[in-house]
Amino acid sequence: MNVPDNLLYTKTHEWIRREGENIRIGITDHAQAELTDVVFVELPKVGTQVEAQAPTAVVESVKAASDIYAPVKGTVVEANDALTNNPALINSDPFGQGWIFALKIDNADDLKNLQTAQAYKDQIG
Amino acid sequence: MSSSAEKKTPLYDEHVRLGARIIPFGGWLMPVQYTAIVDEHQAVRNAVGMFDISHMGQFVVLGNGARDWLNAMLTNNVLKLDVGQGQYTFLLNDNGGVIDDLLVYRTGEAEFLLVVNAAKVEEDFVWLEGHRQYADVTTLKNRSADFGGVAIQGPRVVNLFDELLGRDVELPARNCIRDFVIEDMPISIARTGYTGEDGVEVFFRAQDAAKLWNLVLERGKEFGAKPCGLGARDTLRLEMCYPLNGSDLSAERNPIEAGLGFFVDLEKREFTGRDKLLETKTNGARERLVAFKMNGKGPPPRPHYALFSNGNRVGEITSGTLSPSLNIGIGMGYVSAASAKIGTPLEVEIRGQKFPATIQKKPLYKKQS
Repeated sequence: MNVPDNLLYTKTHEWIRREGENIRIGITDHAQAELTDVVFVELPKVGTQVEAQAPTAVVESVKAASDIYAPVKGTVVEANDALTNNPALINSDPFGQGWIFALKIDNADDLKNLQTAQAYKDQIG
Repeated sequence: MSSSAEKKTPLYDEHVRLGARIIPFGGWLMPVQYTAIVDEHQAVRNAVGMFDISHMGQFVVLGNGARDWLNAMLTNNVLKLDVGQGQYTFLLNDNGGVIDDLLVYRTGEAEFLLVVNAAKVEEDFVWLEGHRQYADVTTLKNRSADFGGVAIQGPRVVNLFDELLGRDVELPARNCIRDFVIEDMPISIARTGYTGEDGVEVFFRAQDAAKLWNLVLERGKEFGAKPCGLGARDTLRLEMCYPLNGSDLSAERNPIEAGLGFFVDLEKREFTGRDKLLETKTNGARERLVAFKMNGKGPPPRPHYALFSNGNRVGEITSGTLSPSLNIGIGMGYVSAASAKIGTPLEVEIRGQKFPATIQKKPLYKKQS
């Protein structure tokens, strides 16, 4: 399973890429493999303020709907509209074109609570 | 339910070996998918898919009173079955509510096989035991533990069985059952299924399960055969609007409300639940099970989402998914009779937002011929 070293991770299988003031968020390769067949993504509205661990997007497979959580407190600055027509990008390119939303973070210190690639690898075994 | 309480079918080790994702279902540990639901769904629609149905229950009813007793217990007309024929039918409670939906096969002059839902084996058996007639000349046996079963479904099933049985051996006709031997394994093949494709359900001794399973996968390779899980089984059956007991059927709903009156013979003078069904038939059902399709792309409908018509809540979804064949959200649900006509616009409430849908004729999927 692909777990890029340059990203941070949550216990709930989101990945986080630091981009200056902002972070970009998606779900991991492991998560997409578990879900399989993503058929719908509900994106957050740009400008929405979210708390850490707030359900912010929804990824639906054939079988079930799964909440995607904001890893830290912040404001939604981008949502990946490409997923509206092609939700399967989450399956084919989870760390790239399958990103879900981007947040402007309130406090960069909050990122310290997230786990490293190694810790996430240990988590998923 | 703790995982230790769940039973394993005789094919459990094969599922694990194939890397299936296993979930608890009806008291059993069952494969929900091996690769992906959509792939497995398409294998059944276009080639061949094989499902483990060993969790389903088998009752054998034997003796001179078997035929008349079953005819009083079940809604369809058992007297119409010749030896080797089967029919879809219901076991009802005194209120006409569904205890189980099942297949009954007449396997001999005075011998019947009932194939019942996994989660209902105990309840069905207790009910039947408690309503014995002709008990001096009729026996009822729960043989569920003795048999394994697979459903082999898809347009290329006939080609596969030409390989397995030889070209000169024909499969039983639709809804019929017959005994065969494959590589010294005695098996019963019933021409039926839960997918809308041509196919069979095969029953065999539990000890032969793994050998038969692997034989079918091996010989099926050239026909595109794939092992398929409960996920695809659910999307396939829902496209056909086949009900799932516990979701679309329950002890509080009767077959007339579910739109399955075709499998109820009200001409029969006596069977459990008859009075209630006659009443529903005469007065009209208060609510009906309808099938619907979402009007456009959007989140898939799911069980328990509310259904609205003209702004009023008219019912709730019992089954819903994204249809892999139609690539749009589909579902079924009970709605008030006034809102149950084909073509009626509905709205599905999903996470606080309403999405338009339209009631459709069943089945939702029709094979292009």
